[in-house]
Amino acid sequence: MADLQPIIRLFGEAGWTTPAIPEAAHLVAYGQTLASVQSLPGVRVQAGASDGGIGAQIVVGAGIIVAQPIHLCLGLFEAFGVQDVQLTLTLEPGAQATVWAHGLFATAQTARHSMRAEIRLMDGAVLRHQEAHYHGASGNIVVSPHATVHLGQGARYLADFSLLHGRVGRLDIDYAVTVGEGALAELTSRVYGFADDAIRLRERLDLDGAGARGLVKSRVAVRDDARADVIGIIEGNAAGARGHVDCMEVVRDRAVVSAAPEVRVRHPQAKVTHEAAIGSVDSRQLETLMARGLAPDDAVDLIVRGMLT
Amino acid sequence: MSDPPTTSAASAPALLCIAGLRLAFQGHAVLDGLDLQLARGEIHALLGANGSGKSSLAFAVMGCEGYRCSAGEIWFDGQRIDTLPLHERARLGITLAWQEPARFEGLRIADYLRVGHARADIDDCLRRVGLDPRDYATRPVDRALSGGERKRVELAAVLAMQPRLALLDEPTAGIDMLSLETLIGVIEALRDAGSTVLLITHQSEVAAHADRASQLCGGRIVFQGDIAAVLDHYRRRTCTRCDGVTCHG
Repeated sequence: MADLQPIIRLFGEAGWTTPAIPEAAHLVAYGQTLASVQSLPGVRVQAGASDGGIGAQIVVGAGIIVAQPIHLCLGLFEAFGVQDVQLTLTLEPGAQATVWAHGLFATAQTARHSMRAEIRLMDGAVLRHQEAHYHGASGNIVVSPHATVHLGQGARYLADFSLLHGRVGRLDIDYAVTVGEGALAELTSRVYGFADDAIRLRERLDLDGAGARGLVKSRVAVRDDARADVIGIIEGNAAGARGHVDCMEVVRDRAVVSAAPEVRVRHPQAKVTHEAAIGSVDSRQLETLMARGLAPDDAVDLIVRGMLT
Repeated sequence: MSDPPTTSAASAPALLCIAGLRLAFQGHAVLDGLDLQLARGEIHALLGANGSGKSSLAFAVMGCEGYRCSAGEIWFDGQRIDTLPLHERARLGITLAWQEPARFEGLRIADYLRVGHARADIDDCLRRVGLDPRDYATRPVDRALSGGERKRVELAAVLAMQPRLALLDEPTAGIDMLSLETLIGVIEALRDAGSTVLLITHQSEVAAHADRASQLCGGRIVFQGDIAAVLDHYRRRTCTRCDGVTCHG
């Protein structure tokens, strides 16, 4: 196993709990180079590196409940670099797992990280997918996680993406999830952009199975000259499908946000709702904190940080 | 700068002196030359019909956006404050508990209470408003709290801040009957700890715990005295300004 200390050290700098990577099933890659791959009984992790990037397959066996999170630690330690990852992640029927994916680009000056993932949750499988990025002061980081996710009958997919440390740079998230009968998908994205950061979130749920349920929730704050385009799409295509798009975006300075919740229903017994709020922070919230003595900027910061927590 | 309005010779200098306060929205007078003085360490109830100007007065004293008065003065402990921004008034020791308190996604109750006083005894403040800190300290101040719970958290936040002047706008509205005494006890505890309380309420059983009271009508104080006298005056539908028409509909 390669030296994991550099990546573990970054966790401390980001204020994150240091993960028990050596003991867990994991995939660690620096740029286009594989650093470490480890399988555990019931969790098969296979990966290879080529000029085209990292190719990886993770399979959690049927009925396996993985106690420790599976770690996907991806990043760069050089000033300049590229990372392309092709991932297929499969949870066989009844499997349950948590994946902690970390994008560590704190020291990179100019970098591009691309993830193309296909995630398949078979009947009754449960996946908690937490992805957190830690960037530095450079705005020349391009991050584009794209994924297609298929949920079988009764499967549950709970995804949480956050980019709250350092400059965003250019972020392009594109997730498309098909939700089967009685299955549940919840996608939450939390991003804080500033300077000239550019953020694009596109998250789509197709509630195709009877009784499928879904939530697309975005929390984005931008200031300075940052831009954000937030698109949350849910289609209710089957009886009893229930979906909700919840966008809340805070804008300061010269920043601009557009939010476009799209809801579409193709079955008379489906129901999809949405709410979107964009603007400066709520004046009542602001005045409440100021009435306890906080200066306006500190009050705004506390409100925004809370929203992104 | 002028001197603060004088108080009666018999009393100690007032903590809050308001003189000739005027506030209008779209030509409609909300505060119409209002005068009011609050003594140090008193609970002063503000009674009046809906729209009489009670909340507007509290917002004007706190310095809320849109409540800058067109005329009049507000003095706090000998300092004129009506030109100060809201947070600077708070730093002098003034705070406001809104009738409908704001909710904050992701902000834990304990952290919210520490905003007003970093070293506040959070557990004690929560217990005093009837909330078990083990259940509430780590919960967010968000929509999952009921209206009554949120009001209790707001009172706990006021307790934590230890303000010199607490403007409480309907602090017990929506509180269940069994908990009312607890929250009245909190308001009295604020006074006993040295705070002055301006208590806006429509509940006579809450107002009865005030030391003094004022009756508002049309943005003016129309009657003032000890709480029993003001409650009696209010219930009798007597008003020198409107003959009870506005006060009681």
